[in-house]
Amino acid sequence: MKAHVLLILLSAILAFGSLGCGKKEETPTTAPETPAAGKTVDPATAGTISGIVKFTGTPPPPVRLRMDADAACARLHRGPVTVREVETGANGGLARVVVYVKEGLEGYTFPPATEAIELDQEGCMYQPRVLAVRTGQPIEIVNSDDTTHNIHPIPKVNREWNRSQPPRGEKIVDSFARQEVAIPVKCNIHPWMQAYIAVIAHPYFQVTGEAGTFELKNLPPGTYTLEAWHEKLGTTTQQVTLGPNETKTVEFVFQGS
Amino acid sequence: MHTQYRPGLHRYAFATAVATLLLLVAGGLVTSNDAGLSVPDWPLSYGSLFPPMVGGIVYEHSHRMIATLVGLMTIGLVVWVGRTEHRAWVRRLAYAALALVILQGVLGGLTVLFYLPRPISIAHATMAQIFFTLVAALALFTSRWWLTAAPLPATEASRQTEKFALWTALTILVQLILGAAYRHGWLGITPHLLGAGAVLVATSWTGRLVRQAAPAVAMVTRLRILLSSLVGTQILLGLGAWWAVVRNQQALQPLPEMVWLTVAHLACGALTLATATLLWLALRRVTASRAVDETGLRTAIYPSALQEGGRQ
Repeated sequence: MKAHVLLILLSAILAFGSLGCGKKEETPTTAPETPAAGKTVDPATAGTISGIVKFTGTPPPPVRLRMDADAACARLHRGPVTVREVETGANGGLARVVVYVKEGLEGYTFPPATEAIELDQEGCMYQPRVLAVRTGQPIEIVNSDDTTHNIHPIPKVNREWNRSQPPRGEKIVDSFARQEVAIPVKCNIHPWMQAYIAVIAHPYFQVTGEAGTFELKNLPPGTYTLEAWHEKLGTTTQQVTLGPNETKTVEFVFQGS
Repeated sequence: MHTQYRPGLHRYAFATAVATLLLLVAGGLVTSNDAGLSVPDWPLSYGSLFPPMVGGIVYEHSHRMIATLVGLMTIGLVVWVGRTEHRAWVRRLAYAALALVILQGVLGGLTVLFYLPRPISIAHATMAQIFFTLVAALALFTSRWWLTAAPLPATEASRQTEKFALWTALTILVQLILGAAYRHGWLGITPHLLGAGAVLVATSWTGRLVRQAAPAVAMVTRLRILLSSLVGTQILLGLGAWWAVVRNQQALQPLPEMVWLTVAHLACGALTLATATLLWLALRRVTASRAVDETGLRTAIYPSALQEGGRQ
């Protein structure tokens, strides 16, 4: 048989063979990192760290998004769609900052978080843009739009995945096993869609609202490193020592250009 | 055996090369629009042959469809060459093109299934350029010019020119790999900038040598001028693309100027590699002392085969 016939046969076999071997099923999420049984928090001595995250300077102007790549998205908005990466409140408070205890809770164990947290795709935008969850906590991904989305988290230490979700399709439920602040989430169909999921191994975290305030309750006495993470402005940390039943107030400041 | 010029085959090979350039542009649009993972499955798209063409899916699925067209055209080329071509080395090159296009399809699939791993993405980008150059070379080998070109007397200077032309083509290939490595985030811009300097020096020097070695061969002159023009254009496009990429880093979605400048830079790079390779081949064709008939590449590149009586 001539060599070219053989090559054509080979290409046909490869082509048809590949049709039958599409992407294998996503493996189920691995179990979250569970530290060996350790100390638990004693509510009788626990305290609170509260505070505010502020932004000084001039925040960057809102960025206009072009949604014309998908008519279904463009139809959902009457006027121009803009995003403010740095969202500030009236008192200079900075929104969408993840404040969490980065160090100081080693040796403690906490009951797992089982309540699902929702990440919606509405108006071809992620709602909310910044989400914080516990390791292993279920994340319910909802598509409220009349168009297909793909959800593609791009973690550094967790498992990467990429799944499509048809218009108003079935919820996708998944979780992340390891602490990571924060995992960018993209929709490659609509490149303007961007969210961040902060995955934290304990319950001491909060995402600030427009006022920029946060409150971490029921913390055991100890010395902690608190980190404030912002998608555009990066991170800043502070050390706080908390005595029994004490309430401490801290202030994070992000400097604008 | 005398190889007859077949205009239909030559035009078909040329059309395959044009379709491949279109495929390269489509692939570049996928990367620049960050749409490589907009279709999460492969080889089907959303489990079908024709998914909803919105957003990034437009780029990714168009790329897949053009790739299918180029694959089919390559199969057609292999069949045509296999049936009509007397030169065994041309047939072998056609088989190599088919093997490359299959491998390229598999690499493209792997980029989707493994979420754009850098080494595979870079290999996919590089293989595309090599495949385009190979198909362009097949168009040259089946051309009337190749089959009828009159040889020039071989001199030491012409042999040096051929060698330098080959090294220039290889330098451009390395530069394209460095460019792909930068584009896919594996290397910084510095190696690519240094590569641009090397390409500029190599092509300028080759142009000078070629002017001296084969001043009266119209095909060689055309390729030489085309190569110089492409390198100049490519440097300007490269600077523009770099500016746009840096600007795009702060953007919330791909900026149109970044998309078009990077894709134009990619396409111009492919044309530069192909032109440099064709220039080398054309020089071999006309300046090798034993390249006296249409046997072409075998006698041109491996003249010792004739001396040894190893003619096919």
